[in-house]
Parts: sequence; C-alpha cells; structure tokens
Amino acid sequence: MSRQIGEVILDLKQVSLSFGGVKALTDISFNVREHEIRAIIGPNGAGKSSMLNVINGVYRPQEGEIILRGQRFTKMNPYKAAQAGISRTFQNIALFKGMNVIDNLMTGRNLKIRSNLIQQAFWWGPARREELEHRAKVEDVIDFLEIQHIRKTPVGRLPYGLQKRVDLGRALAMEPSILLLDEPMAGMNVEEKQDMCRFILDVNDQFGTTIVLIEHDMAVVMDISDRVVVLDYGKKIGDGDPDEVRANPDVISAYLGASH
Amino acid sequence: MGFFLETLIGGLMAGMLYALVALGFVLIFKASGVFNFAQGAMVLFAALAMARFAEWIPGWFGLEGSYLGTAAAFVVAGALMFVVAWLIERLVLRHLVNQEGATLLMATLGIAYVLEGIGSTMFGSSIYTIDVGMPKDPVFLFEGIFPGGLLINKEDFIAALIAAVLVGLLTLFFQKTTTGRALRAVADDHQAAQSIGIPLNRIWVIVWCVAGLVALVAGVIWGSKLGVQFSLSTVALRALPVVILGGLTSVPGAIIGGLIIGVGEKLSEVYLGPMVGGGIEIWFAYVLALVVLLFRPQGLFGEKIIDRV
Repeated sequence: MSRQIGEVILDLKQVSLSFGGVKALTDISFNVREHEIRAIIGPNGAGKSSMLNVINGVYRPQEGEIILRGQRFTKMNPYKAAQAGISRTFQNIALFKGMNVIDNLMTGRNLKIRSNLIQQAFWWGPARREELEHRAKVEDVIDFLEIQHIRKTPVGRLPYGLQKRVDLGRALAMEPSILLLDEPMAGMNVEEKQDMCRFILDVNDQFGTTIVLIEHDMAVVMDISDRVVVLDYGKKIGDGDPDEVRANPDVISAYLGASH
Repeated sequence: MGFFLETLIGGLMAGMLYALVALGFVLIFKASGVFNFAQGAMVLFAALAMARFAEWIPGWFGLEGSYLGTAAAFVVAGALMFVVAWLIERLVLRHLVNQEGATLLMATLGIAYVLEGIGSTMFGSSIYTIDVGMPKDPVFLFEGIFPGGLLINKEDFIAALIAAVLVGLLTLFFQKTTTGRALRAVADDHQAAQSIGIPLNRIWVIVWCVAGLVALVAGVIWGSKLGVQFSLSTVALRALPVVILGGLTSVPGAIIGGLIIGVGEKLSEVYLGPMVGGGIEIWFAYVLALVVLLFRPQGLFGEKIIDRV
C-alpha cells in the first residue's frame, strides 16, 4: 500500500461518559494515527456508538479529554467536529429523505460555501461560480461511489444498500480528514459488503483519509483494519493489531463467554 | 354565471391571504418540527409595529404623506421582526433542542402571550389603521362579456398578487439556494444536518426571520383590511383549517389549502347558506378540515407518516 501511517492525529484520554446512573464508557483511552483504519469492536451495548458520538461531539463526556491534532477539545459539538474535518455516517441511515442524491451530497459541501445569503438569493457572480465548483466536487464523489445512475433519485426511494452508500457519499463530500463510520455494513448482503469494503479501502488509500469504524462482521474488521480497540460493558479490554486482539484472552471470553 | 365567477374570484383572493398565514406555520414546522402557536401573535405584533411606525417615523423625519415614510416603516418593522426571531431562538428554542413536540408547542404558546403583552405595551392597545396606499375602490371587469361586468375589489386583488409573489419567491429560495438546501436538510434530520456542519441555531434564526417577514406581510394586508386590533391574532385560527387541509409539511399544500378554503367558504355561504339560514362562512372551513382529517390524517399534501411496528 502506498499510504504511510503517520503520527497520532486523534487522542482520547480517560474518557468517561454516563447517562444518569448508567455508565456507558469508563476511563477509556486510545489513539488514532493519521491515515490508518481503526476499528472499534465489542458485543452489543459495549459503548461503541457512544464512543463514536463522543468523538463527534454528540455526547459530551463527564471526564477525559479529546485531543485533535494537538488541540484540546473539552466542549466538542457536532458543528465544531465538522469544522475540524471530522465527518460521519450513521448506523440507522440519516439521509435527507425528501431530497435527491445530488442535493444530499451538496449539503455535505455546506461548510465550504463562502457566498452569503444575499448573493445566493440573486444567483450572483461568486455564488454561481461556487455552486458550480461544488457541484463538480460532488460529481467526483458520485463517480467514485459508482452511483451515477441514481443521482437524481430522491433517497427515500433507494434500496437500503444504496442509501448506505449515499450516506458515505455525503460524508465524503465534506472532504474530511477523519471519517467515522457507524456500522457501515450492517444489514447488507455479501456483495454489498464487498463493495463497501472496497470503497472504504479506496477512500483510505486514495485520499489518505483516516477512518474510525464500528463493525460487527469480524471477518471484515480483521481484514481491513490496521488496529482494533475492543470494548465490553463500557470498558476497554483490548487494543492492538488484529492478530494481537484475536489472541487476547479477555477478548475471547467477552465474545464467547468466559469459562468458569 | 357572472355572479358565480365573482364569488369564485373573491374566494380565491381571500384564500391567498389565508395561505399567507398558513405559510408561516408550515415554514417553522418544516424546519424545526415546532407547531408555532405564536404565529397569530407574530402577525398582530408585526401589524402593530407597522401601524405605529408608519405614524411615528414620518413625524420624526418630516416625511408626512409620502411613500418614503411608509416604506421606512415597513423596513423598520421588518427589522424588528428579525430581532424578535433572533430573541426567540436565543432565549427559548436554543434551550429546548431535542425536546418533545408538546414541550415546544407549550413554549410557543408562552411566546404568543409574551408577544401580545409586549406588543400592547410598546405600541398601545387601541385600534389602529394601516394605510399603505392600496386602492380601495372596486372595479368592474369584462363588462362586454357579462352583463354588468365582474365586480372585483382592487385591494383584495393587489393583496392576493403580493401574497402570490411572496410565495413564489420563498419557493425559489428554498429550492434553489444553498441556504435553502440547508434549511430543507435541517427539516429532514436535525442530527445529520449538524454532523455535516450545518449550524442549527443559525438556520432556526433564518427560518423564524422568514416566518416573521411572512407575518409582517400578512399583518399589513389583514391590518389594512380589518384594522389593527387585538383580534388580528385570531386570524391565525382561521388559517388552522388551511394547514390541516394542506398538510403541515407542504408549502404548496398551504397555498392550495388556502385557496380551497377561501373558495369553499364563499361558495358555500352563497349557495348553501340560504338553505340552513346563513352564516356558514364562519364554521365551514373547520368542518371541511375535519372531513379531510377523517380520510387523510396527514392532509392533502402532507407526508404520510408510516411507523414501523
């Protein structure tokens, strides 16, 4: 592979998150290096999605800190995260159902738009030029994901597998430096999973995008990730490359049940 | 035939005005999932502001009797509505993100009373008139075709025209501009919109500003027809069946719903009224809305809500 795994780009330190009396995450630390594919795995209810939501700023942890490119974020929110180059997909697809594929992807360009409301209203010089530029970028994403044939279809009418792909497309349209994927392959058939795997690897390879993903399909995770962190009941029980994690006794007992 | 057409046209023009008020509801509901009970109060507040500024501003700057004074009053009233929108977002909505629909509804009910209170404190509570120089005299059209011609109220006609233009502009804004697209995105899914860097708070301010502007136009038109008084805030209640008929989530629905109700009211009053002793105009719209509710709970154009069980 051409990509070079670089320095630590995202560092989570002693993150704890609770909802009332329920501890979702307890004292979790791990880091993500530039250009790598980092997987978060664990049984149901292990706190994987919570972890992703902490990185994305949807949840604000009671303790711990997030360090992104050397900068400390104590009050992360989704808007700041987006500004800092983090984009994400959702476990239960959260596309804008009333809009077509192009419009959905165009919303991903929102942060990059410089023209103001008045210029837009009159479809005036800079606004027009900008719109065309962004449209070109969006077409690139459409080509990349091989969804040319559905570009004008309202996303609500697309089959599930394609909606997942559009969801990825919207995240890619932001040209993120870090991409968070929440179960990108959940509910897909084998062929769709293979396509999705290929897209994830290509994004990582061609654009050098750092990827943090949650996935249940172990074969897929072990195959495509550089390093894996394992959560169970909100605690970290393993961290390392796929082989290390596979050999970790705590991980084995969490997945297969401990023998007492 | 001439009489029927006259009634029909009268109904369409009244309907356009209902549509204008209904549009305020739909805009806010689409963008934030809030049924804005304060829409009527916003209409009243805007109309009060317009009436008073139109009186004060020419006095301050010596612009009596000129269109400049009226235009300035409109601009100032518009700016005031923007301030109101900003304050509502800042003081109320921002703190209620992701709360239940019922909570937000109650909050807007509160906003309605506060607005009415502040409105009458700032601008007084007597009856005012708004005169934006609309021609009041009726005209006769097509005198060659129909005996006696068609009697059209010029004021209504111009008002309907203004409403139609406003609706057209808003549709373009929503469909064609980047900000419009962001607004639709927020309407569809708050969380996803935030994650791609659409600033929710700013979008809400914009939506409430637009709704404020719509309220101002509605306030000026209704105010110059009926006079500006407290009961103007109940104009919103007359738009309620329009929203139910057209669907809460559809801009075209608000317009077509408004037209149907306007025409329905007038025609039923004229043709069915005598059979039941008259006065149907007042309740006809509500009955129509109820019937629609029975068969299409989402309204004629609203999104069908399908829940997975």
